[in-house]
Amino acid sequence: MSLLDSYTDVAGSDVVAHLRQLATPLQGLKVVHINSTRSGGGVAEILNKMIPLSQELGLDVHWEVITGDSRFFECTKGMHNTLQGIRVPISENLLKIYEETNATNAERLGGLLQDADIVFIHDPQPAALLQYFPERRGKWVWRCHIDVGRPFRPVWRYLREFITRYDASIFSLPDFAQELPHPQYLIPPSIDPLAEKNVDLPPETVAGILADFKLDPERPLLVQVSRFDRFKDPLGVIRAWQLAKRFAPGLQLVLAGGGAADDPEGEAVLHEVRAAARQDDSIHVLLLPADAHTQINALQRGADIVIQKSLREGFGLTVTEAMWKSKPVIGGNVGGIRLQVVNYHTGFLVDTPEGAALRVRYLLHQKERAQEMGNKGRMLVHENFLITRHLREYLTLILALLHEKNHEPSDRINLG
Amino acid sequence: MPVPYFALKDCALVTLATGKRAIQLIEFRNQLAEIEVGSIYHHFWGTLLQARFEEREYNNDFASWIRHQVHDSILGEQLAVLDPILFDTLEDLRETMLDLIDTRMEAEPLLASPHPGEPFVFERSQIVVFDTGRHFENPADLNAVFSEMTTGSIFYHFVDARRRTSDRRDDFSDWLAGFGEDYCDLQDSLAQVDPYFGSLAELRDDLNYLFNAHFSAEAT
Repeated sequence: MSLLDSYTDVAGSDVVAHLRQLATPLQGLKVVHINSTRSGGGVAEILNKMIPLSQELGLDVHWEVITGDSRFFECTKGMHNTLQGIRVPISENLLKIYEETNATNAERLGGLLQDADIVFIHDPQPAALLQYFPERRGKWVWRCHIDVGRPFRPVWRYLREFITRYDASIFSLPDFAQELPHPQYLIPPSIDPLAEKNVDLPPETVAGILADFKLDPERPLLVQVSRFDRFKDPLGVIRAWQLAKRFAPGLQLVLAGGGAADDPEGEAVLHEVRAAARQDDSIHVLLLPADAHTQINALQRGADIVIQKSLREGFGLTVTEAMWKSKPVIGGNVGGIRLQVVNYHTGFLVDTPEGAALRVRYLLHQKERAQEMGNKGRMLVHENFLITRHLREYLTLILALLHEKNHEPSDRINLG
Repeated sequence: MPVPYFALKDCALVTLATGKRAIQLIEFRNQLAEIEVGSIYHHFWGTLLQARFEEREYNNDFASWIRHQVHDSILGEQLAVLDPILFDTLEDLRETMLDLIDTRMEAEPLLASPHPGEPFVFERSQIVVFDTGRHFENPADLNAVFSEMTTGSIFYHFVDARRRTSDRRDDFSDWLAGFGEDYCDLQDSLAQVDPYFGSLAELRDDLNYLFNAHFSAEAT
């Protein structure tokens, strides 16, 4: 069975047939994706499946990763933070390293990028690559995965100089779109239902993994899965757990996440979280390797409630993953979480640890309601946030870009 | 004259930001007056191609925003009842919407005041239409493949067609009309289907049911 055919059962045969039809005029098209890491974080996860699926559809797709030293990633982490609203300037020195690193990578990737028909540049790390290809042949698209709705302006102004030269950009939500002189597409990300992290697991596997982590299956379990990052507010989750625990003394909390190669701040945050968690052995702080997909899957499936109490969020794929596993989700009232968590339907949006604690208590008390919310969440993901929908929109965007006239996107493109 | 074959098409949609948004009703009215017509198409019809959380309460995004964010059910209901196929052009539809908003703001001046709801974000879409390469010479053949049609095909032939065809109906009915009296009942049944309130997958099931019912009755 081909990789694409394996999606028939979960997404539907009509969906797979539709993808094949859309890709027919794109046979042999050379497409390159560039991001900053092959593992850790949602972007790498999406590309890990998007690439082979696109290849099977007949496109000539390549995935390359920008490389740099710790100073480069210190700079890009600063960009990541400031674009999401933290007001800390980035030094001239670091910006110089940013541009030099992009120049070195442009040299390394020269031939591939020069000849590509379509280039997708993911997030700020490789955004400056474009300036080194004045004679580029294809269309270049900047794909922004983070919440740039309220950026720290000096840093956005700096990056904007690079981004305006692209042929188009993609944002996950309309709230993130910016004033740019090119078409701005709105494409939410997705999860792969067949990935190790999302496939169904036998109950005994889930039970075994929970036991490995010394979690008591008889006690309620609250789980947050995310990088150890201030924007994910792990300390706020601990505070919410403390407040809820007064009413549910058996409540266990898992904060599970991995490091990512492009995230130098993670260790400091992890240290703070471990210090805060020392007070109680009902809190389990799990630093998991990048390939701990089955463990993450089992933790989400073993949870009574999944929480993602982010203060800023590009989209929140961990929310999507939890909903796919029919779990009610308590999510921070930010970014793409707002697109997925609908109050009293798929979970609750909260603004404070106090709000999160209140909703934890409600969901532990109203178990039937919690299950209904979980079921609705799975339906929402099935219809909206699987990788097949994401791939369809990329193919549609490519067709639209290849058929635009005078750099103006037309409303309707008739291919026959 | 032989009836031409039915060429099954499919389409896919991708959404774009317009950069325009409105927080107050007056701002919404002024943005609506100037927004590209593609955005009006998108908020009436294009969003049908996007999966939604639940069934739509109103048949267009404008009405829904007025009802839930501006909290004016009267104007919301007035906008909700607008059927775009009854207008010659999207510009005519825009004019009617503006008239309704102006009239309502004159009657209820407080509606122009700030309200605490979420902003309306104007979007637009691009639709790529392609031939599936599947052609059908008679309706019974089409009936056989209805259940496996993509939701893109259903949207293109049953919803989008209302803007393209001279008599503002769906492509299936348009084609069936070429067979004279043979399929009048089926055309009447199709005319009863309101495409606005369910998902496209549900719409496909409804149409499949009607085609099946017709051909089962014919067989007996």
